[in-house]
Amino acid sequence: MSKKIYKETLDHVTIRFAGDSGDGMQLSGGRFTQTSAVVGNDLSTLPDFPAEIRAPAGSLAGVSSFQIHFSSHEIHTPGENPDVLVAMNPAALKVHLKELKPGGTLIINKNAFTAKNLSLAGYETDPSEDGSLLDYYSCHFIEMSKLVTEACSDLELSPKIVDRTKNLCALGVLFWMYDRPLEPTVDWLNKKFKSKPEIIEANVRALNSGYNYGETAEIFTTKYVVEKAQLPKGKYRNMNGTLASCLGLLTASQKSGLPMTFAGYPITPASNLLHTLSNWKSFGIKTYQAEDEIAGIGAALGASYGGALGVTASSGPGIALKTEFLGLAVMTELPLVIINVQRGGPSTGLPTKTEQSDLLQAMYGRNGEAPIPVLSATTPGDCYFAAYEACRVAVKYMTPVILLTDGYLVNGSEPWLIPNPDDLPEFKTSFAKESSNGEKFKPFQRDENTLARPWAIPGTKGLEHRIGGLEKENISGNVSYDSDNHELMIDLRAKKIQKITNEIPETKIFGEEKGDLLILSWGSTHGACRSATETLLEKNAKVGHASIRWINPLPSDLGGIISNYKKVLIPEVNSGQLRKIIRSEYLVDAIGLNQMKGKPIGASSIVKKAEELMNE
Amino acid sequence: MSENIMLKKSDFESDQAVRWCPGCGDYAILAQTQKIFPEITTEKEKVVFISGIGCSSRFPYYMNTYGFHTIHGRAPTIASGLKITNPDLSVWLVTGDGDGFSIGGNHMIHLLRRNINLNVMLFNNRIYGLTKGQYSPTSEQGKITYSTPMGSLDYPFNPSKLALGAEASFVAKTIDRELIHLQNMIKRASEHQGTSFIEIYQNCNIFNDGAFSELTDKTTKSDRVLSVEHGKPMIFGADSNKGIMLDGTTPRVVEIGKEFSLNDILIHDEGDRFIGDMLSNFTSSDTFPEPIGVLYCKERPTYDDLMVAQMGQAKHQSEKSLSDLLNAGDTWEVE
Repeated sequence: MSKKIYKETLDHVTIRFAGDSGDGMQLSGGRFTQTSAVVGNDLSTLPDFPAEIRAPAGSLAGVSSFQIHFSSHEIHTPGENPDVLVAMNPAALKVHLKELKPGGTLIINKNAFTAKNLSLAGYETDPSEDGSLLDYYSCHFIEMSKLVTEACSDLELSPKIVDRTKNLCALGVLFWMYDRPLEPTVDWLNKKFKSKPEIIEANVRALNSGYNYGETAEIFTTKYVVEKAQLPKGKYRNMNGTLASCLGLLTASQKSGLPMTFAGYPITPASNLLHTLSNWKSFGIKTYQAEDEIAGIGAALGASYGGALGVTASSGPGIALKTEFLGLAVMTELPLVIINVQRGGPSTGLPTKTEQSDLLQAMYGRNGEAPIPVLSATTPGDCYFAAYEACRVAVKYMTPVILLTDGYLVNGSEPWLIPNPDDLPEFKTSFAKESSNGEKFKPFQRDENTLARPWAIPGTKGLEHRIGGLEKENISGNVSYDSDNHELMIDLRAKKIQKITNEIPETKIFGEEKGDLLILSWGSTHGACRSATETLLEKNAKVGHASIRWINPLPSDLGGIISNYKKVLIPEVNSGQLRKIIRSEYLVDAIGLNQMKGKPIGASSIVKKAEELMNE
Repeated sequence: MSENIMLKKSDFESDQAVRWCPGCGDYAILAQTQKIFPEITTEKEKVVFISGIGCSSRFPYYMNTYGFHTIHGRAPTIASGLKITNPDLSVWLVTGDGDGFSIGGNHMIHLLRRNINLNVMLFNNRIYGLTKGQYSPTSEQGKITYSTPMGSLDYPFNPSKLALGAEASFVAKTIDRELIHLQNMIKRASEHQGTSFIEIYQNCNIFNDGAFSELTDKTTKSDRVLSVEHGKPMIFGADSNKGIMLDGTTPRVVEIGKEFSLNDILIHDEGDRFIGDMLSNFTSSDTFPEPIGVLYCKERPTYDDLMVAQMGQAKHQSEKSLSDLLNAGDTWEVE
């Protein structure tokens, strides 16, 4: 019963779990992620699921996948072509095989390769039988359904329920291959199914059946070791972008002492923000599921008017509906935070896929001269800091603020050094009070430094005043149709937003501070740009990477930075929206790398494009 | 206590010049509101008037309270967010038939079903005034306007009936010319816990003059208007000799004194939804008089009270801190 097992140490590995929507691939991926985090790897994940809740079983449309990239050094992306593909059925194989690295490892649930499933996936012959895969990949055809059925034969559970545990069997095989402990998953199962001991038992047995298969089957001869990553010291947890965004909002509410009202309407992929915050009522966070997108932002603005921090979140189509209210928030100069979790557009587009194509909508999508600060988050964990900053600036400058995240950020995850809220920038706030000398309240008398107007909330004696969408007379806030006053007010509102440059720290350059090429990114392309820059620097390229959080206003040092390089490359998951802005702002011939495939840009395509540019 | 000093009408008048057309019914509504408010509150800093867009929606500028002139149709959303954020405020929503029931129809029905404790004053003039005279969703079918030179094809809404259908807990009707009645309805709305909906027939003397003249002309109004009061028989007519009788479940207009006596006349019960629905159906009928007064009033838990209770319950159930949440889940130390 003993076989010789070799151990091989790897630097980093990318695994993709793929199966039918009902196969539990997100769960397998999630548990592999958690275990890899606990053993100390750096990691980055990319879940990918269909827009349909339950597409027909076995169909190509119903394939759901989860990719994890884990490493013994710092990484920035969920990886591109996987080293290992787990295919739970023929459709999953069909959809994902083309991306598996040549010579990669293929783990297949043999029992799902039935005539019906093969036909649904469009296979004329069975690839698990016809030998077509063997020349190109290291293949393991495992009868997972059979393994779990045998493991659970003495349990009084229906065959259907037992078959559902096969995702744990697949996970067990991978835990064996990558030498990972089973305990975190067993503990998790015990917690998750607390009231259903027989389900716990079946899943644990399924997990063990996969692990033991690796241990005993002759075909598995090598275990792979990915050592702990050298990350900065401290306490870590795994963090996704949704939770990070919500924690950032909560931290803003707690640090400022402002109550928070979050009002929104369900939309993919932003709904999870509403779900998460709904559980935090004990912190004084009020959540309100409005009747539509417009009502969501309206209620949030009403909350801000009443002295709370009003927040709404949506995705592109919903943001389009909220547009008129953005203008009212600009005009009435009330704090408001709008989170756009971007997805593929236009229109309904690709609801579950990621894109960065709402930047220009955020920047300019309003009638009239209506500048709104726009900022972005770079990684899932960074959503925390970006959300906090959005709230802080909204209140300090009395303005709506748009935070751009995206589907990749909110669903993706990474190890997160747990921050201490005390280390975040100060968040002070104060409401206007009745003047002691009986002077009439002036709702549009501005603060000299920030140009913010006072926040005078209903219920405050002596400050009764009227605001609205009509143009205001400067200082008094009375309705004014005066032409000179109108121009003055447009100018003041724009100047106020420009003042926010004072909040933006110095732009950090990774790599060369002067040279041939600047790779400039915003939002979630950060990771791929950073990885690409690392690769290019190893090849001695004179390249630097700058990632900007704020797009409106742009950092005041950006123009100088751009002038330090011969060329500027801006990779974006859109057709060149930041590039348009940079070109018009700095009159520089910025070059784009633009991909809109519903997934993040890969680092390798950035390296390729950068090398092309530098060799021109 | 200074808080309890009775305010005056002038305390509710802002310093802004009122800019409705001379002769507009809005003037009367504004004046009656300012007149009755001293009886409603001694804390005007807690009063907020919120409006959408349209002639009626200029109202907040003229009230010396907090005011928010928002965007077309969306006042209910702002008012809802404000009220759930600070349930201590007295929130008043001023809207029109276009603002509240055309562009803002969706928000209106959801406000009513949620029963957020605020007050809605719907100025129904059955026309678009500010955009200069197009038909509105309450205009009668066949109306000739700038946008319908051959007559409108749309069948109209009946706002009070729609409000009841949207589960409103308080529905009242009044007319701009009935000054004391108007004041009473505003007072009653202020006392109701829940969304109070007042439909006010308001004459637009520029684009739809005389839309309600039958209900306001001395010669016709007593035969055309039925003023209902809780616990009182539904009688009307110049000589108070007509009444509403129920024949099974069918209402009938009968003459009192011959075949029927006062004892046969239906007694108004504000808490009876059947009666409320019945009265709301009288509108624009050739057979029945136009009802004014509180058609329906029955309290049920308000959204804001339920929210306060849920927030309290959550606080009671969880003592987690921000640090607990930040440090939740599986964590590990990197040395």
